[in-house]
Amino acid sequence: MNAHYELPLEDAGYSFGFLDEYAKKEVRRCILKAIAIPGYQTPYASREMPMGRGFGTGGLQLTLSLIGAGDTLKVIDQGSDDSVNAVNLRQFVQLTCPGVAVTEKTQEATLIQSRHRIPEKMLTEQQILVLQVPYPDALVVVEPSEARRKVMHGEADYSRLLVKLYEDVVRFDEITLSHRYPTRINGHYVIDPSPIPRWDVPKLHQSPALVLLGAGREKKIYAVPPYTLAEPLVFDDIAFRVEDFRDARGQRIACRCCGSTVSFLDELIDDAGRVTHQCSDSAYCEEQQEIHSARKQA
Amino acid sequence: MSYVAIKGGKAAIDGAAGATEYLRCKGSHEAPLTLAMIEEQLRLLTSRVVSEGGLYHPRLAALALKQFQGDTLEAAFALRAYRSTKPRLLESPVQDTSNMRCIRRISSAFKEVPGGQYLGATYDYALRLLQLDLAKEDPAAFKAVAKNFLRDTPETELPDNFPKVIDALRAEGLLPPLAPGRAAAFDITRDPLVFPVPRSAALATMARAETGGLLAMAYSNMRGYGDVHPTVAELRVGYLPVMLPHPVTGELMEAGEVLITECEVVAMYEGAHGDELPTFTLGYGACFGHNEVKAISMAILDRALQKGMRDGPSNPSEDPEFVLLHVDGVDSMGFASHYKMPHYVTFQSDMDRLRTTQQKMQQKASEATT
Repeated sequence: MNAHYELPLEDAGYSFGFLDEYAKKEVRRCILKAIAIPGYQTPYASREMPMGRGFGTGGLQLTLSLIGAGDTLKVIDQGSDDSVNAVNLRQFVQLTCPGVAVTEKTQEATLIQSRHRIPEKMLTEQQILVLQVPYPDALVVVEPSEARRKVMHGEADYSRLLVKLYEDVVRFDEITLSHRYPTRINGHYVIDPSPIPRWDVPKLHQSPALVLLGAGREKKIYAVPPYTLAEPLVFDDIAFRVEDFRDARGQRIACRCCGSTVSFLDELIDDAGRVTHQCSDSAYCEEQQEIHSARKQA
Repeated sequence: MSYVAIKGGKAAIDGAAGATEYLRCKGSHEAPLTLAMIEEQLRLLTSRVVSEGGLYHPRLAALALKQFQGDTLEAAFALRAYRSTKPRLLESPVQDTSNMRCIRRISSAFKEVPGGQYLGATYDYALRLLQLDLAKEDPAAFKAVAKNFLRDTPETELPDNFPKVIDALRAEGLLPPLAPGRAAAFDITRDPLVFPVPRSAALATMARAETGGLLAMAYSNMRGYGDVHPTVAELRVGYLPVMLPHPVTGELMEAGEVLITECEVVAMYEGAHGDELPTFTLGYGACFGHNEVKAISMAILDRALQKGMRDGPSNPSEDPEFVLLHVDGVDSMGFASHYKMPHYVTFQSDMDRLRTTQQKMQQKASEATT
């Protein structure tokens, strides 16, 4: 470089939402396409974000393209607002989107970006849920080539996926898919609903809120529009089952903090080696605790 | 309830940033690195970062290297993220690399080539013996090296430009003629790769690919998972004048120059089409900065991918999807790093499946014994 060149130091300011306006417009156009074809993986020219591919860059591009002053954002990772990555993403949005409010309360948010969980509290028509996606294609389990997978999706050919589930049943007497459970949207495309637990899959079905899924590294956007069929892939005689939180005696385990017996639980091992359980959705757990303490006072 | 599992994220992130910055600065008896020092004395490192970052800005590359403590993957990544904030203002016309102001130019196909061979700056024939006197370098002697070199080198020694070796091969009919009419180049920063992709998309992807990743793929072809057997028709390193249309007149004008490495490999001929005579086949590699191994790897893979696109891949290095989706440093390092993030929820689901399966099998086993 020219020896007299000076780096323009005042050039460090970024525009609202970090991305340039053309990039945001392109993402919004792809969102519309994704909504119009429920479950279809819309390719888009995913931009590099200042955090690692795999850390939620796809979700973040959706959030930054949709957010405006007047929006209230909630960011969670593993169900928690205070998880390292959630903090990082939220701080980044606050830094680049002045005027945007943030919240930890699910019901207050207009936009929720999440990794690996859907909040326990039922979302509303006024809310958009953005899910971060590492693998956008449910067929990758059975077919590594993207070109071949695209044909299979077009033909709604999910036979090899069904064979995989069948083989599971034969070998283990159980479907072994634990999370990222293949889910058929609007009767055609089968999606990878992101690595949410099976517990959260039923929340996609006829959801009042728009659910957008963004895979930054794999450069795909797809959607589960409001009030759309979302059916986990199963057989007529083998039911879809969510995670089982019963103890050895068959009792449903309760959260050690709020006592809830109807939420998805994190399993914790303390220094003494004891296993305890706690709500994965931290906002839900706190709300339950507040309700209990209000009752006690009353 | 003294301990809460996943709280304190913000404090942890702030602490990590502090610890990282401490390590960057802890040699406080030394002066901080200047950007010019990195750009000039670690010029090949800077070259690698401008190339993988896909942004020709050596000074910012030097800054990124300083900020990320020499990590090329992180530094290239930071340049890419910076790019995301900038709109694309115009599409440049095709640049003619025969106008390159070469600092090095060789051909391994011919003993003599039009314009001559210039070895230039290279470690190719250097003995890799550690030069221990660099451990304590005298600043005055250090400055004198450059001064003396320029004093002893006649100004007229290097021509302004060189003819291309492949033009001579083409004129002789040993290479196929240039295809008439050129389709607009595929812009990988504005369009996602949806396979099949044109050759220009493959070239653009490889031009900013991670050097090690690209080399590994190309090496697999060289060793036997493929059969390119290349001859380097020409490898040149130099400054390419960047011609852009004048905003008012539209006339092409030189907007500046970029250091690039360009490589053309020639491979053996294959069956001809119809009445045409068979010709050698060509692989092309080019990237920002001085990165010879990368340009050669890219040229070999370009040739391998052309075969794969035409006949279907018979090796991984001939499969466009396999090569192009796995050579990007930002993508691959990001995904490898993401496994360090919390995966409590998915692991909970995994344990649920394993425990249920174990229970069922135990049950079956005990039923079988009773």
